[in-house]
Amino acid sequence: MSALPPIPAHPVTPAQPGLALPAALTGRRLPSWAPPAVTAGAVAVAGLLFAATPLQGRAGFVVVTALLSVGSQTALSFAVEGRRRAVDRMFSAFVYASFAVAAVPLVLILWYTVLRGIGAINLRFLTVSMFRVNPDNPGGGIYHAIVGTLEQAALATLMAAPIGVLAAVYLVEYGRRQPFARAVSFFVDVMTGVPSIVAGLFIYALWILTLGFQKSGFAGSLALFILMLPVVIRATEEMLKLVPAELREAAYALGVPKWRTILRVVLPTALAGIVTGITLGVARIMGETAPLLLLVGTNSRIETNPFASTDAQRLQEALPTFIYEQFRDAVGNPDTPAAQRAWGAALTLIALIMLLTGLARLIARLARVRG
Amino acid sequence: MTATRVPRRDHAVATRRSSFSAGDRVFRAVSVTAATVVLVAMAAIAVFLVIRSVPAIRQDTTNFLTTRAWLPEEARPIFGIAALLFHTVVTSALAMIIAVPVAVGVALFTTFYAPRRLSAGLGYLVDLLAAVPSVIYGLWGFFFLAPNITGLTLWLSRWLGWTGIVHYRLNNTPNNLSDLTAGVVLAIMILPIVSSITREVFRQVPRDQVEAALAIGATRWEMIRTAVLPFGRSGVVSAAILGLGRALGETLAVAIILAPAYTISVHLTEGGGITFASNIALKYSEASELGIGALLGSGLCLFAITLGVNFGAQLLIRRRKEA
Amino acid sequence: MRLHRQARLASVVTVGALALAACGSDNVTPPSATGGTGTTGANAANCASGSFTAAGSSAQKPAFNAWIQGYQGNCANASVNYDGQGSGNGRTQFIQKQVPLAGSDSYLPDTQTAQADARCTGGKAVNIPMVLTPVAMIYNLKGVTSLTLTPSTIAKIFSGKITSWNDPAIAAANKGVPLPATTVTPVHRATDSGTTDNFTKFLAAQAPTDWTFGSGQAWKAPGGVGGKDSAAVVQNVKGTDGAIGYVDGPDARKNNLTPAALDTGSGPVEISADSVGKAVEAATTTTNGQDISVKINYGLKAAGTYPAILATYEITCTAGLPSDQAAFVRTFLTYTSSSAGQGLLANLGHLPLPASLLTKVQVAVAALPAS
Repeated sequence: MSALPPIPAHPVTPAQPGLALPAALTGRRLPSWAPPAVTAGAVAVAGLLFAATPLQGRAGFVVVTALLSVGSQTALSFAVEGRRRAVDRMFSAFVYASFAVAAVPLVLILWYTVLRGIGAINLRFLTVSMFRVNPDNPGGGIYHAIVGTLEQAALATLMAAPIGVLAAVYLVEYGRRQPFARAVSFFVDVMTGVPSIVAGLFIYALWILTLGFQKSGFAGSLALFILMLPVVIRATEEMLKLVPAELREAAYALGVPKWRTILRVVLPTALAGIVTGITLGVARIMGETAPLLLLVGTNSRIETNPFASTDAQRLQEALPTFIYEQFRDAVGNPDTPAAQRAWGAALTLIALIMLLTGLARLIARLARVRG
Repeated sequence: MTATRVPRRDHAVATRRSSFSAGDRVFRAVSVTAATVVLVAMAAIAVFLVIRSVPAIRQDTTNFLTTRAWLPEEARPIFGIAALLFHTVVTSALAMIIAVPVAVGVALFTTFYAPRRLSAGLGYLVDLLAAVPSVIYGLWGFFFLAPNITGLTLWLSRWLGWTGIVHYRLNNTPNNLSDLTAGVVLAIMILPIVSSITREVFRQVPRDQVEAALAIGATRWEMIRTAVLPFGRSGVVSAAILGLGRALGETLAVAIILAPAYTISVHLTEGGGITFASNIALKYSEASELGIGALLGSGLCLFAITLGVNFGAQLLIRRRKEA
Repeated sequence: MRLHRQARLASVVTVGALALAACGSDNVTPPSATGGTGTTGANAANCASGSFTAAGSSAQKPAFNAWIQGYQGNCANASVNYDGQGSGNGRTQFIQKQVPLAGSDSYLPDTQTAQADARCTGGKAVNIPMVLTPVAMIYNLKGVTSLTLTPSTIAKIFSGKITSWNDPAIAAANKGVPLPATTVTPVHRATDSGTTDNFTKFLAAQAPTDWTFGSGQAWKAPGGVGGKDSAAVVQNVKGTDGAIGYVDGPDARKNNLTPAALDTGSGPVEISADSVGKAVEAATTTTNGQDISVKINYGLKAAGTYPAILATYEITCTAGLPSDQAAFVRTFLTYTSSSAGQGLLANLGHLPLPASLLTKVQVAVAALPAS
């Protein structure tokens, strides 16, 4: 199929009566007050229906109202404006409805998490660990889990960022049109789809079963590295492609070797974009739970060494696994202190990730303004 | 040859020119090594999952592909992926059916319907869904969604029960820890990725075609049908496939919501199910050496499936780019 | 300058992170005296110092939560973690020398004895019973607040032979209780669990004709609803009118659910220290050095006994542990088998060991190496 198909002529074929251009511009249109009026009518009719018939439920009311409103608007439009406008109105309704449908769960999830979690969060909750606290009793905090999550994410970034950026440099600066580069580029995209649990299993098979190491924060970072690497490569690649060729050529003209050009001209120019890409990668891995369940342990105390393992009888905690563990302690009762802590930790984790995403956007915007 | 005559965008020529520099050779070697990490990692995932799982699968006393049970700890180990495969496919398919049309709608909304200033903000809002960790989707689905969609389940059963797949036959309140709920939550989870990729595709629709369609009097729907959808169709398909890859491998949300059951039933609102990923999350902690091997085997199957799906998506995207 | 601005941004982030790192701490305020009842004040002879991890049964988690709090309250220099992912996991970690102490819902299986003994260089692995956990049958039936079940009806319910609550078999044991016609929804643990093991052993012993699915950690009967863990079982039961499930006593307690009474032929028996204690005293206790096995007579029909119980063990070594770990195991188990340690259990939904058994346990613990 061609990427740029010609626009079929039929919408403007003057031979079709009633669809000619002047008619479209000057033909009868619904007045602007019609849609809200129809919607109000739909609410009223739905209200009557719900009062008079066995129909019930708030969600059902919204759906019935929406269907009534769209249906009658389309019918009205068909009668007054013709088929084309009616189809257009119906499609617009679909588009607006999709947005509403997408926004509702987001609002619900955030609302629910905030509702449950906000009560648990205070300065003490964020700055103490669970040491000497019985998870079944109130008290304690998530500081140890925050430390673990930040360190594990940082370690993964320390590995994924340099390797990812260098790989992208190869793809853009050296490997253009080479079969090897095409293979790498292809597998970067495929690697983006590796499920997190598979990354966790792989590290489990390699690091623990084959190499004989124990669970540790670092083992978790290794799995996060696998998940983060393709994100960093792809983002950096896009950014490097945006660096104008003239900049490189100017450097070459001055006799600067290619590698210095890349380090001194290309990478600094793309730096803000690369940092954004890396930050988004960090945000992507920070909420990962499944691989951490397999690879990181649990500890009620602050453990700042991510390499500490069961050999030393110490492990690191991480926020996502902390949430999971606390819910296990709550045994399905949302009013237990453990459940409240878990929602507090969940809210903190979302806030951390959103903070990072926001930071990435800020960096991107600053870079755009200057560029 | 002088650098000033290097043709635009042909960096290979520049490479040749400066290949005398030792620094260049080193830097090139380092970056090639970094790129190789990707291939090595992908190969290593396959290799380690195979060598660690094959011995376990050999000890399976039944057919690994067709058995609907996961009992590797028994004296006669019985385990197979039939039920895992079934529910993985069903929940992911449900997620696709729900998420893809909505995601396309959202992408159209942000690119062509929303006021310009609002559009960026709204896109950000939907992207925020991607920032919510999967464990939270799971807990939300378990504690909030499942108890609150009983009405939907019964409504579906009453009006669409004749299809068989949503017929709720039990005489009690549905607990909704079912394929349907898991599918709905998966749909919410993959919506951001599908809609953001689709949005990017729609943004690339040549502006002049859009303007031209509108200028000759096309309605917005006609403009989208004639200018946007033909251009974006393969992009939408590949975005959907990427979303499918996510849904297939999603672990904790499904593990928390879906009541584990190693059965195959087309009644989506009754009972539970088990997927590749949720089975691993639920079984690994109590698994023996054989059990771990069996789980690695199921992980290998999941890896192969997602690999195939993403492979297809990439081939499609690349063909489109080259077309 | 671009780099300058980014450097500033980076430094702000770093300083922020450092500030966060600096203000966090393990709990500064010592815990209230609730945990440390009985022995007061740090006592070197009763304490180990260092960091220790135990792992195992999730059924023992509430007991361990309270014990750890109490032990740490007495021992200022000890830090103890319990990884309650499951008995099998705990035994594996014990065999792999990752933990010196494993909590297990069942006696070390024969297949693991050799491995476990090998792990204890110069000694052997021992099982010491420490806490009793009743299997509670929880139900949700509108209008019914007290329910009595016979082993045969339980077997029929969980094997799908009884499908309605007003079944004559149930009514016979509940004279005067108006039973509705609601569908019975049996809820079981769908992942391997010691609770399932003991529950099915109980069914197989008490109702061999009605229960034909044998016993084991995995649930083998067809039908019913599966819950991935106790939390899911509880949630299912609470959310479904007509549901019945089996969970550990503490899980029922955390959710304020009143378990059904059991009638093995001599009238309804509730879960209590007395009814469970009698059942344990009727059990076959075999003492072999420091190893104590308790074979619960699941088929016990004596009046006033509740035989659906887990006697859960702590597994450790008689020799071969590093000296600090040996000191920890000995002092910790001394605390858990003390009147203070056992006294915490009843409030949690567990039950303390009956006096006759406790004496044997204390003797066994006292014989463990001091370092």
